[in-house]
Amino acid sequence: MESDRVMKMKTVLFKNEQDSQRLKESRPEFFADLNLDQVVDWITKNKEDYRLTPFLYTPLEELDAIVYRQEVFRDLEDKGLLENLESFAKYMNVVRRYLGVAKERHYENNKMGWHLEAALVYCDAVHKLVETLTQADLQSEGLKGCVKQFEDYVQSESFIQFERTSRDLKSELSSIEYNVIIRDNWVRVRKFNSEKDYSREVNKFFSKFEEDEVKDFRVDLAVPTGMNHVEGKILDLVAKLFPREFDHLKDYYHQYENFLDEAIATFDREIQFYFAYITFMERIENFGLRFCYPQLGVNDKTIHACDTFDIALAEIHRREDLAIVGNDFHLEGSERIIVVTGPNQGGKTTFARMFAQLHYLACLGCPIPGSEAKLLVFDQIYTHFEREEEIQNLRGKLKDDLVRIQKIIEAASDKSIIIMNEIFTSTALEDAIYLSEIILKKIIELDALGVCVTFIDELSTLGEQTISMVSTVDPDNPAERTFKIIRKPADGRAYAIHVAKHHRLTQDLIKERIEQ
Amino acid sequence: MKSYLMFKDKDFEVSQALPDHYEDLVKDLELDVMLKAMAAEDEFIHDISKTALLISLADADEILFRQEILNDCIKNPKIVREIYRIAQLAKENKKRRWMGIFTRNPSGVLSSAVQLMLMFTELLKELRKIANDSVDVFDSAGFKQFFTMINDELSDDYLAAMDDHLNQLSFKSGVWISATLGKGNQGEAYNLRRPKKKYRNFIKNIFYKLSAKVTTTSFMVDPRDQAGNRALSDLKDRGLNEAANALAQSAEHIDSFFVNLRTELAFYVGCLNLYDRLQSLNCPVTTPRLFKSHEKKHQFRGLREICLALTKDDEVVGNDIAGDDCGLFIISGANQGGKSTFLRSIGLAQLMMQSGMFVAAESFKANLCEGVYTHFKRQEDETMKSGKLDEELSRMSEIVEVITPHSLILFNESFSATNEREGSEIAQQILSALLNQDIKIFFVTHMYELANSFNHQHRDNTMFLQAERKEDGTRTFKLLEGKPQRTSFAEDVYHEVFQSS
Repeated sequence: MESDRVMKMKTVLFKNEQDSQRLKESRPEFFADLNLDQVVDWITKNKEDYRLTPFLYTPLEELDAIVYRQEVFRDLEDKGLLENLESFAKYMNVVRRYLGVAKERHYENNKMGWHLEAALVYCDAVHKLVETLTQADLQSEGLKGCVKQFEDYVQSESFIQFERTSRDLKSELSSIEYNVIIRDNWVRVRKFNSEKDYSREVNKFFSKFEEDEVKDFRVDLAVPTGMNHVEGKILDLVAKLFPREFDHLKDYYHQYENFLDEAIATFDREIQFYFAYITFMERIENFGLRFCYPQLGVNDKTIHACDTFDIALAEIHRREDLAIVGNDFHLEGSERIIVVTGPNQGGKTTFARMFAQLHYLACLGCPIPGSEAKLLVFDQIYTHFEREEEIQNLRGKLKDDLVRIQKIIEAASDKSIIIMNEIFTSTALEDAIYLSEIILKKIIELDALGVCVTFIDELSTLGEQTISMVSTVDPDNPAERTFKIIRKPADGRAYAIHVAKHHRLTQDLIKERIEQ
Repeated sequence: MKSYLMFKDKDFEVSQALPDHYEDLVKDLELDVMLKAMAAEDEFIHDISKTALLISLADADEILFRQEILNDCIKNPKIVREIYRIAQLAKENKKRRWMGIFTRNPSGVLSSAVQLMLMFTELLKELRKIANDSVDVFDSAGFKQFFTMINDELSDDYLAAMDDHLNQLSFKSGVWISATLGKGNQGEAYNLRRPKKKYRNFIKNIFYKLSAKVTTTSFMVDPRDQAGNRALSDLKDRGLNEAANALAQSAEHIDSFFVNLRTELAFYVGCLNLYDRLQSLNCPVTTPRLFKSHEKKHQFRGLREICLALTKDDEVVGNDIAGDDCGLFIISGANQGGKSTFLRSIGLAQLMMQSGMFVAAESFKANLCEGVYTHFKRQEDETMKSGKLDEELSRMSEIVEVITPHSLILFNESFSATNEREGSEIAQQILSALLNQDIKIFFVTHMYELANSFNHQHRDNTMFLQAERKEDGTRTFKLLEGKPQRTSFAEDVYHEVFQSS
């Protein structure tokens, strides 16, 4: 419909056009291991129509594209702006719904009527959007680019003409009044001729008996969703009585059959990515947890995060009103791999997941769990979690483990993130130590970032590239996990002492008890 | 349209909460006996009278308003009962003919509302006739106001117009509905119209013509086209919805007018029923004289205990006292000498007076009180001595929670569940406290100790009454003024019982 438009369409989600061309339609392989599949389901719930999953399946690879989105997120921290944009979205939702109705209706006058309704709401939506964006104090390149573009659109001659025609036509049709006269199965339609309102007359006449509130006898007559053939016939007769108005409707329909502007439609879809994430994030924030905008490095592997948590676990705990423990980590200098050891059920796997989740969300351009963070722009995430279902026998499993890890090492680069969770658990300890050391050394050689959850203390001291973190327990009651993962030397034995004490089974205690 | 017969300017509320202690009142004063006589088999009268009696009026003008109306009723019982019958008929007819009343579609709502209205109209006309004839016969402000209202509101013109509307609303010549085009050009704002006069006959002709030839702006739905006919009646329903609602609501309002009328009259009809019974028992009836609550008056002659009269279905003895300025009445003396009966007659008279009723006495005057409370010994718990005092005291404590100054409280052998010294001490504590709050007390007791101590302490405003016992030991069931005596004549009763057996 436009010829005087800006040549290149601005979008609120993609700084670089090529990113919008390489959207992935299927889930990344590691999604299930990181519980990101659930997270995406939660985020996109009730927003299926917008088809947001490709956006969530495709992390960005360039720093400027990430910052572009972070800026938009920052602009949307303005609650007023957010609400206004949401009401624009609601308008657009109505537009789509009306167009859908128009599409499926049989009676021409009814079909064209709904098409006109859609157009009217669309005009409101466009005005709402432009007004919202021009009034807001925008900082982001993403939103600022859109304002200019939409302002031009709304001021264009063709839009003005389209809106005027739409509104004039609606007011013509609204002013039509007619009578339907029903007697038995005969129906006649006449122009309205100021006949007296008999409902009011009846009401007024009997009003002297009126007292306190009485029952409302009005039957809640569901407004029919479709148009039945009797209504259709009546409408046709009305059209005959008012030929001028209905001719206008026909002309209008043909002229403006496709009135939706592509840039507006794209914005409507893309802004939902932000809404969806913010809605999900705010639920967790309201539960008392913090999110932050991470700094990102392209080659710099000095990374850290504070008070961060597993976003999927947080949502589950929020629903069940259970506390969530935040954790910190940092890697500096030549440190690359976090080796997590300590008692089971202490949050080790959660920690490993979290490490990858944070990077993933950060590279989607989203705020991430935590009070502060600096992370790496990764090229790929690889996970190696135990897969029970593939076990045929021990030998088969070990082989399978190794095949998988081999593929990872082959594919990974120095910008990759590798998560290994309890590999080789079903192997003899010596074999496990041996294999683990080899594998870990290979990863160190890659210079990739990673987390390795293991029961093998030795891995944590493999070199200057590995650091040790330990899941901890309450010293007074070793059965009580703190879910704190702390940077300290692996000390599997210390935990054993705690447990023993608790059961009065330390060397001294056993001695005492036996002697008594 | 409101009847306003129970109050000058407000409705009598049927379902108002009764005072917390009402169950005790009903039981202790044997109110059910009296209510049964008032009801004369009409449950509704029973319930309304019960509420009217238990929710005492505190305002003298409100009581006087009812007293006047009641006097009109006693003078014109036939007319009053006829009006009550009309109100009752409205309810019965409705119940008989419109069991599930309205259906789920406006056409159904409308047609049943029209039927209901036709029935009501007939009754309104009857009522109007009575009002017309009676407005000059009745004296009370209440009835004058009521009849005038009926005459004004239900004028001949209005009643005629009502017939006309009800005729219109049967739509014998078709339903005329206006509409506008709403979203998607779908019809909306359906509303019922009254076609201009020239069309009214014309419509008929049009439809006759139509049946021969379909014009360009009309069509016929095939009678076999079920969906089409349903669509048509849906459409009609949209047009009728408002009018059906208006008429159904009016019917509901008229219905509630009759319900209201019945409610406002039920108490008086109950009084008439009781009046007739008392007349047949030679029981005198008087309109009590009221005094303000702080005035401390209690003077009467020939006060009867109605419930006893009704139960015995015979004449009963009346009592006289001149107890002005007294705050405490201590009643002691012979067992079965009429002490409890006397106590009940005091309570009943107070409740009757404060509901606007007559009192069964030759003359009666008393101050109004804020509330009537009873604390009677509960015979049924005899076996559990220790628990009983506890029970009595907790009941007392409940009363203390709610009682206010200028109330009336009746004690019947309270606090006697323990030994006399303790009982007296407790009672003394309680009575002194209540007296200081200007609460009027009637206290039936065997406790000499207690009676005696008040004889010394509160001489001025205490009245002592004794159940009369003649030299030969027979009882007159009369109470006489007299100081407490040590014996309660249990011996007499003992002998009486054992001799007669």
